[in-house]
Amino acid sequence: METEGSLAFWMYRLDSWAWLLFETANMAALATLMGAGAALLLAFPAARNLGAGRVVNPAVRRLLEAMRTVPEIVFALIFVWAFGVGPLAGVLAIALHTAGACGKLFAESIENTGLGAWAGVRSAGGSWMQACRFAILPQVAPSLLSYALLRFEINLRSASVIGFVGAGGIGEELYKVISFNYYEEISAILLLIILAVCAIDLLSERLRHRVIGAMQ
Amino acid sequence: MSGAEQVAAWRARIPGAFGGTRRGRVLAWLGWAAFLAWLGWALWHFGFAPERLWNGLTGLATILRLMIPPSPGELWVDILQGLAESVAMAFLGTFIAALVALPLGFLGAGNVVTNTLFRFSLRRVFDGFRGVDQLIWALAFVRAVGLGPLAGVLAIATADVAVLAKLNAEAIENAERRQVEGITAAGGGFLARLRFGLLPQVLPVMLAQALYFFESNTRSAAILGVVGAGGIGLQISERIRVRHWDEVAFIILLMVATVAAIDWVSARLRRRLIGGA
Repeated sequence: METEGSLAFWMYRLDSWAWLLFETANMAALATLMGAGAALLLAFPAARNLGAGRVVNPAVRRLLEAMRTVPEIVFALIFVWAFGVGPLAGVLAIALHTAGACGKLFAESIENTGLGAWAGVRSAGGSWMQACRFAILPQVAPSLLSYALLRFEINLRSASVIGFVGAGGIGEELYKVISFNYYEEISAILLLIILAVCAIDLLSERLRHRVIGAMQ
Repeated sequence: MSGAEQVAAWRARIPGAFGGTRRGRVLAWLGWAAFLAWLGWALWHFGFAPERLWNGLTGLATILRLMIPPSPGELWVDILQGLAESVAMAFLGTFIAALVALPLGFLGAGNVVTNTLFRFSLRRVFDGFRGVDQLIWALAFVRAVGLGPLAGVLAIATADVAVLAKLNAEAIENAERRQVEGITAAGGGFLARLRFGLLPQVLPVMLAQALYFFESNTRSAAILGVVGAGGIGLQISERIRVRHWDEVAFIILLMVATVAAIDWVSARLRRRLIGGA
């Protein structure tokens, strides 16, 4: 049967590519979760208005700066040496960069909250940690969540290319087919990546609007 | 009415005040269970074993120890050249993208082109281009035009044209109509309307956006070399391959300093542009 030029011929490895894409999306999700979690912990000492101490505050701010100015790919190149080839290095690299980028945004949104609830908890005898948890976190949680979702969209794009340096995901496959000049496969994978990115963008935009709606 | 009856009556009136419903609680539990199951699966699937993490962290500690003190090594001229090449790539790429995005922005704006189908499909094309990362373009152009900075410039330009065009189109749609109507009333044609009615309004915004993209491109141009598209990325990936960690640290510090310097200059320029508008 003549199949050349048909859709089935073009997408003949759809099952393995779909799995790789699924894996890439999971890498992005896990990295976003880990990065945003670390950013959440670091944002409170990094915020200028909570009085985290004259040593701790600048130190955490510099740490976040260092984490976000170094590109993920550079982290990935180094982590591939340390943790071995595979998605583990990619997830950690994206998570580290995410922690820096989200930490700054989180700290800014903490700096923009009113300190009334904070003063209330502190004057009732709450510790610094308790005040962060019960006075600040409920106020900023929706905006932090929406930043994290936005970051997830960005991380999906990075996860799709981080495989170029051997750090897992669909990037490895793409690197392979581009270097072998398999043009049909290149276009097929690119199409799948674009579709996945658009789908997740739409989904996450909906979610973000809902989160922001809950805030108001 | 006894106490229990009163409670029951209030519960019927405002159930929300008495905590979640049983269904809601069950759903929340199921949600958490599903999340934990996914987390466990993902950690297992990506090989987050304690032993592997520990080995990796000790390896990382060794690398960090070797990074101190950072040193430029023998070939510091190459490093500086690569850095200059990266900045030049970012500048040229952004310049070309801004130039091409100018007419495309007018084509995508609803108050210039009234054909909805054409505009809608053009916007979808912009979205599609945005989904492809710059590194993918770089890799493709390396195959097309060979190793070197030309591939990087083309990759930056291609990846940014679509985004800049979209932003330009939005800026044009937000422009005021009065100037355009004035030109029409004075007998100006289509091109005169664009040139004298719209362009003076949106040019500062477009320039500010192009500058902003130049900033972000100096960051991305620094890594395009990883796939062979010229610039400092090539130097850094070569040194990582041969494990000259002190030189790697030097290049990273240099990159950070350059990016910070360009951010500073560009932020000042942008403020002046927007302020003057």
